[in-house]
Amino acid sequence: MSRLLEVEALEVSFGAASAVRGASLALDRGETLCLVGESGCGKSVTALAVMGLLARNASRGAARLSFDGQDLRGLDERGMSRLRGNRMAMIFQEPMTSLNPAYTVGSQMAEVMLRHRGGTRAAAMARAEDLLGRVRITSPAMRLGQYPHQLSGGLRQRVMIAMALMCDPELLIADEPTTALDVTVQAQILRLLLDLQKDLGLAMLLITHDLGVVARVAHRVAVMYAGEVVETAAAADLFARPTHPYTRGLLACVPVPGKVARGAALGSIAGVVPRLGPGFSGCGFRDRCGEATAACGGTIARASAGEGHDYLCRLPPGWRAGAGAAP
Amino acid sequence: MRGRAYRSAMLEFLARRLLVALLVCATVLTFAFALTRLGGDLAISIAGPNATAADIEQVRVAYGLDRPLPLQFLEWVGRAATGDFGQSYFFKEKVSKLIFDRLPITFALGLVGLSIALAVALPLGIVSALREGSWTDRAISIVALLGQAMPSFWLGLVLMITLGLHLGWLPISGTGSWEHFVMPGIVLAFSAIPALLRLTRSGMIDALASDYIRTARAKGLSRRSIVLKHAARNAAMPVVSIAAVQLGFMLGGSIVIETVFALHGVGFLAWESISKNDFPTVQAVVLLLACIYTLLTLGADLLNAVLDPRLRAS
Amino acid sequence: MKALRDIGLASGAAIVGAAVLVAVFAPLLVPHDPFAQDLSRRLLPPFWMEGAREGHLLGTDQLGRDYLSRLLYGARISMLIGIATTVASGLIGIALGVAGGFFGGRIDDAVLFAITARLSIPLILVALAVVSVVGSSLTVVVMTLGLLLWDRFAVVARVSTMQVRNLDFVAAAWAAGCSRSRIVLREILPNILSPLAVVATLEVALAILLEAALSFLGLGVPPPLPSWGLMIAEGKDYMFFSPWVIMIPGVALFVLVFGINLLGDGLRNLLRTGRVA
Repeated sequence: MSRLLEVEALEVSFGAASAVRGASLALDRGETLCLVGESGCGKSVTALAVMGLLARNASRGAARLSFDGQDLRGLDERGMSRLRGNRMAMIFQEPMTSLNPAYTVGSQMAEVMLRHRGGTRAAAMARAEDLLGRVRITSPAMRLGQYPHQLSGGLRQRVMIAMALMCDPELLIADEPTTALDVTVQAQILRLLLDLQKDLGLAMLLITHDLGVVARVAHRVAVMYAGEVVETAAAADLFARPTHPYTRGLLACVPVPGKVARGAALGSIAGVVPRLGPGFSGCGFRDRCGEATAACGGTIARASAGEGHDYLCRLPPGWRAGAGAAP
Repeated sequence: MRGRAYRSAMLEFLARRLLVALLVCATVLTFAFALTRLGGDLAISIAGPNATAADIEQVRVAYGLDRPLPLQFLEWVGRAATGDFGQSYFFKEKVSKLIFDRLPITFALGLVGLSIALAVALPLGIVSALREGSWTDRAISIVALLGQAMPSFWLGLVLMITLGLHLGWLPISGTGSWEHFVMPGIVLAFSAIPALLRLTRSGMIDALASDYIRTARAKGLSRRSIVLKHAARNAAMPVVSIAAVQLGFMLGGSIVIETVFALHGVGFLAWESISKNDFPTVQAVVLLLACIYTLLTLGADLLNAVLDPRLRAS
Repeated sequence: MKALRDIGLASGAAIVGAAVLVAVFAPLLVPHDPFAQDLSRRLLPPFWMEGAREGHLLGTDQLGRDYLSRLLYGARISMLIGIATTVASGLIGIALGVAGGFFGGRIDDAVLFAITARLSIPLILVALAVVSVVGSSLTVVVMTLGLLLWDRFAVVARVSTMQVRNLDFVAAAWAAGCSRSRIVLREILPNILSPLAVVATLEVALAILLEAALSFLGLGVPPPLPSWGLMIAEGKDYMFFSPWVIMIPGVALFVLVFGINLLGDGLRNLLRTGRVA
């Protein structure tokens, strides 16, 4: 049986600037995959590419891009729009501006169902009310008639989630859903997403830069850097045995109480993200990697560090610092 | 700012606008009065070229022109407040009746012109925005520029020759039927289309780039729904304002069109009054047009407030 | 796209340049005296039509005056009025706008009020009334339009001044102890010139169109001066039989104003992005 979402060697560029240079990931039903990386690494672009929501001047290519066995590359805008909101849904980072200020919450939610499933407006509204309750909004019936400006950021994000679930999608892509929210609200939303996923059997692609979020919700993790997925593993495995130098550096930056000695310096990765102009090849991390050699400028083959755990680096799994000197 | 706070701020804004509007009308009132007194002694022009000194003196007393200027002004203002704009020197009728009779034609012309302008500018503006940067977009911009460069009176004449004479489609002058308003309406529309088109285009471009449109696309909504229901609704607000302003300009500028097409509206009346030195009428028309323009812009602000969803829910 | 915009700016500049040259050198270019009447040669058609006579490339008008000569002289009048009016309205508008933007507060309120009041006045009507009362001449037209067309200058000058006023180099000038007039003249004015140049270009076009309308209605430039608007008015009675009488000056007006607008538009793009596209 095919996996729900399969992406292989995805490339996205905007004119001469390359945003994604080779992303591969796969998602099964009922599974949460977290796509982690710092700002600008191409994770949002990857999600938009999957949904077919890229800007007009973007060019997209992939060796494989399929949803439930259906090849998405050949689908035109019409075909994609039938999938979007229906079987695959997406929520975004900025709840304050993601809802249309001119229409009520209820009508914006109802139109998704009316578009994909038809039926009466009353039925759609009833479902909307039901879902608003599901996402733990109080007085859902009243909320239906309210306008977005009357709701707080946290409430709006819940509305976005409920709206995404109107047609019972199989895949939910969430692009940094909690980043713009207060810390307390963040925890609530994450909890909500977890529970919804369990109840509804959703597959979730959660994009984030926050390793704490990853630790809480992810089954599997894909780490992205400079337009490439550099490491993929089950969550526990990634935290226990990070293999790619970038992943190791990333984890070293997170101060974990108990693990980091008091007074010790916080980890950091020297250098900056490279600019991906045309003709850029090889490992994007090599300028900042302590183990880089001349060979890192060429194509890097994918290596395996165990079952379901692969990474994009020449170094062997379990390597130690200084190993790069060896050819 | 949510709900109630926003609404009271808006009400305050509208109240201030109303006050400014009233002051503007008062200013124009004074201005219109001063305007007609520019040429020196009115009595001389009224009495005509053959009048003797005694005749002129008679005219002066009869029309109250011998009284001090401020007094004349106040008298006029006082009567104007009750709708009495005095007697026309030339038409031997009450000015208010003259204007009242002609107003419907000018209004009809303005509305026809605005309708045509909107019917052309809105779709073209939306298409331009959807195909931003393409040849279509550029071609439409050029058409808008062409419209801006066209002298309206000349366009009227050209249309008369082509559509009226050679093709015989439309009547050339007069106000018999709705057909008489088509050519003048087209000419009027030409002056408003460039501004409306540009504003619709930029408003749609901004709306289409917004986050809620990205959400609408993510929901898989149809293209028509996204463009017309979601984007256009938000781009509409500034267009409403500008449409009201353009209508105001059209009503104020109708003098040229009405003269070319012999439509007996307020503009034509103003033209006749000016050429015949009929000052009470000229004063009244200037004041009236200014008040209409002010009312229209005020109305546009009100309409904007109504359309703004942030003020709607209780 | 970029090529098309380049063409726009270039064509606009070419048209305006040609108009300026014609306006300046008209006396040297005209084949005939534009005021010389010859009633035996009335309403001769232009060279591309039947019945055209040699020596009159664009035919003659109803008084036998050579149309080409009148057309070229008309360019003088249009350009003269356009530029003179714009200079006058520019001075008024910029002064008001800068005052409002710079001082803010009550002065700004007054400026805004003046602009609002000015906008509600029906332009053509008032211009017509003034000319009819004072008498029609070139000077009167320029002064009337100059006193009426300052609003766009004022609006743009005001907004630009407000933007520039808050910039760092102005603050530095304050800190260095410069007087107010020095700041306005040396710091603010030079930096608001670009958008004002665009406004000026478009105002020239507007002034030319308005003068044409006034002359058309008989209350603009007085005959026998060959204002294009006046030529159209004079030809109106013959237009059904000899349409070129109104077509030629009309097309001239249209092309000139279109050229000016292209130039203004091109300038605006140039200044906004630093490039033509």
